[in-house]
Amino acid sequence: MGSLAAPLVEMVGISKEFPGVKALNGVHLKVERGEVHVLFGENGAGKSTLISILSGVFRPTSGAIRIAGNEVSFHSVHDAAKAGIGTVFQEFSLVPTLPVFENLYLGRELMRGPLTDRRAMLAGARKLFAELDFDIDVTRPASSLSRAQQQMVEIAKAFLSNARVLILDEPTASLTERETERLFGFIGKAAASGVGIIYISHRIQEFQKIADRISVLRDGRLIATVPARGTSEPELIELMTGRAVDQVYPKIAHRTDGAVVMTLQGIRTAGVHGASLEVRAGEVLGCAGLVGSGKSRIWRAAMGLQPLQAGKITLKGRDITGASTRALLEDGVFFLPSDRKSEGLQMTASARANIELSLLDRADFAGPLGLVRPRRSGALTDAIGDKVGIAKSAMDRAVSKLSGGNQQKVLFGKGFGDDRDVYILDEPTVGVDMGTRMALYQLIKDIAEAGKAVVVISSDLPEVMNLSHRLLVFAKGRIAAELSGAAITEENVLKHFFAETESAA
Amino acid sequence: MSMPTTTIAEDTAAPRRANAVLTGLRALFLRVGVLPFFLVATLIAFSLVSKEFLALQNLTNVARQSVYLILVSLGQMLALVTGGFDLSVGTAIALTSVVSALAMVTLSHMLPPDMLWLVIVLGCCAGLAAALVIGSINGLGIAVFGVSPFIMTLGVQSVGAGIALFLTGGVPVSGVPYEFGDVLGFGRVFDIPVPVLVAVVAASTIWLVMNRTRLGKHIQAVGGNAKAARLSGVNTTKVLFIAYALCALLASVAGLLLTARVGSGETNLGGTIALESIAACVIAGVSLHGGIGRVENVVLGGFFIVLLQNGMNIAQIGSYMQMVLLGSLLVLAVILDQVRYRLLVGER
Ligand SMILES: Nc1ncnc2c1ncn2[C@@H]1O[C@H](COP(=O)(O)OP(=O)(O)O)[C@@H](O)[C@H]1O
Ligand SMILES: [Mg+2]
Repeated sequence: MGSLAAPLVEMVGISKEFPGVKALNGVHLKVERGEVHVLFGENGAGKSTLISILSGVFRPTSGAIRIAGNEVSFHSVHDAAKAGIGTVFQEFSLVPTLPVFENLYLGRELMRGPLTDRRAMLAGARKLFAELDFDIDVTRPASSLSRAQQQMVEIAKAFLSNARVLILDEPTASLTERETERLFGFIGKAAASGVGIIYISHRIQEFQKIADRISVLRDGRLIATVPARGTSEPELIELMTGRAVDQVYPKIAHRTDGAVVMTLQGIRTAGVHGASLEVRAGEVLGCAGLVGSGKSRIWRAAMGLQPLQAGKITLKGRDITGASTRALLEDGVFFLPSDRKSEGLQMTASARANIELSLLDRADFAGPLGLVRPRRSGALTDAIGDKVGIAKSAMDRAVSKLSGGNQQKVLFGKGFGDDRDVYILDEPTVGVDMGTRMALYQLIKDIAEAGKAVVVISSDLPEVMNLSHRLLVFAKGRIAAELSGAAITEENVLKHFFAETESAA
Repeated sequence: MSMPTTTIAEDTAAPRRANAVLTGLRALFLRVGVLPFFLVATLIAFSLVSKEFLALQNLTNVARQSVYLILVSLGQMLALVTGGFDLSVGTAIALTSVVSALAMVTLSHMLPPDMLWLVIVLGCCAGLAAALVIGSINGLGIAVFGVSPFIMTLGVQSVGAGIALFLTGGVPVSGVPYEFGDVLGFGRVFDIPVPVLVAVVAASTIWLVMNRTRLGKHIQAVGGNAKAARLSGVNTTKVLFIAYALCALLASVAGLLLTARVGSGETNLGGTIALESIAACVIAGVSLHGGIGRVENVVLGGFFIVLLQNGMNIAQIGSYMQMVLLGSLLVLAVILDQVRYRLLVGER
């Protein structure tokens, strides 16, 4: 079927619209046999959407897909798998309650007559893990594995299908350096045997070793496809952001004499094994680290969102250990959750209603009998909308219908109703476009320069490096390093990403 | 690696043994849930109340009576493992009873007496078909339209009960062939009661389905993480639909056996079985979160509920108080399930 001359994968003019968001706009992508093709772009650029379309998760709004010259139309992941497309999705696709080997074969069980062939699947899983040199007991339930191990199972799952096209969506997000090296070994081997590989990443250092060609996506458009050799890092960044690096991140003035506003001492909680830190007024404190390093969970524990096992927390000199989330919010702490859809916003309510919700407790808006005074809170809501840059027309639309960027602005807006002292921002720009990002960075600059304390927790390394005055690098539930000023370099940060710190920082 | 001195070993032996026991109990709790604990507590409590309780005669009686609940619980388990539940199992039983009885009565007037067996078989098929319609409507609503299992099966429960009452005017359907009750209700094969045999066959089949077939694995996968299942190429819609259809069919089999037992088509046969079957499953370690559940434990869970009712009868606890106790037990089991699930899957 198909001619050998035709490229292995050809995606032509792919567009995809979600309610309120144009995630992809006329994207072309060509992958040859034996090629490692990197999809590069910021969070929200549309990378995952593009490969989800190729994997049969979504159907494109328009555009065509050809595999080895034959036009295909996938209605499910199953269809795509049958056409030889194996995918490691960014979101985990393991069933926690099933053992590893059943997860591997889920959806393509080995059969003996009408019954599943348990023994053959066990043997197959063991053999594959031995080949891949993954040391995992395949009978353990997936829920008992660490994130890195789960990631390895995901990868094994994609290798199991003998795919012609192997797609890996940010597969190293929770792998150690050694595991990453090993993964690259397999990718090399697979490519040598003629498999076409689509590798998604936003970490440049990582993929330069393996990439043949790089396609850069920005705000749903294909910006360029360039050969990996001969394209420099600054060039790639400029392609990705559309701007030179120093234009994206504002220079935030640092007040070195800021008082300590909040302290976390000896914090222990699920995923954090003893970490202490201080937050100072007028300073941006960055928290970097791999997924699962504890950089976010320490704050969730401090905010009363997950149980604190040990440690002490103070706010403005007072011991507030164990205070409820509500008490902390009333005490002048603002927490911006990383998942706006499940924790941040009332998705079916309007932008206005979402912001107003944060104003309900303000005494000056309370009328007789504690009823809200709509006119007063309405005016403030409008002002907040202006400040964070939400268009008037967007204020009264359901949040679910807004773009990721506007949603994030609404989320930020919830922090401006009251005077706060500490702003804890967990992944402040996840899944938003470049324009919004710059606007949000400007907001962060304004907050910090107004003398507030800002904490930025981010998996986006350039972001957290460029915004922070002081940067904490988390690894394995501990603080592996504290860097400040000129010492915040990519090399320094990455060095500590995989640190095996035994002593509590 | 230093050897502990004898004195220390003696000093710590007792607490260490206690610790080992605790660890063992914890492991048991994680593996099978609360059932062993409840079972032991029940056996001890009621055997103190009455000697009768532990008599072989009484226990075989309980086993025979628990057949119907076990059948329904097996179906309920399928729904629970997908992450939902089925409140309409009682209706499936009532409708099966009424429809099969009506069909048999009608057909026995139309067909010659020597075709009695055809009448009975067709009657049973009619009953099963009626339940299948109930299950399919549940499946359609939940799998295709994404209605929450709670609302869907609650609504269908009312619809089915209404139809059953409408068909009969609330009066039991009498005139069911005597032979029907004789075989399915009171018959014996190799000296084993037919209902028990049916339950054994059903339990074995469902065990095979859950442990050794693609469908069973997919049911577990959908309940464990529906999105992951979809991304792995599982047709989640189809799997959900089949689970609810099978659930209704199993309830229907119980309905046929009960109809044979009482000898008439009754609208109130399904009474409180929805609650009881959910209780049996949850106590047997089927998680309300989906994805977790073992057939052999569910069989034991059904047995346990009937045993408990039997014990309460022997202890002369009134039926009103029994409702209170059963409801409380369900809630307690659910709370413990919550704890267990957190220990098993962890907080995500
Ligand atoms: N299921 C969805 N529904 C609505 N919007 C979505 C959905 N998936 C992604 N988006 C939006 O599409 C855009 C691209 O997202 P994505 O493809 O995940 O980016 P990337 O993988 O490059 O980080 C974002 O604005 C995101 O909010
Ligand atoms: Mg992505």
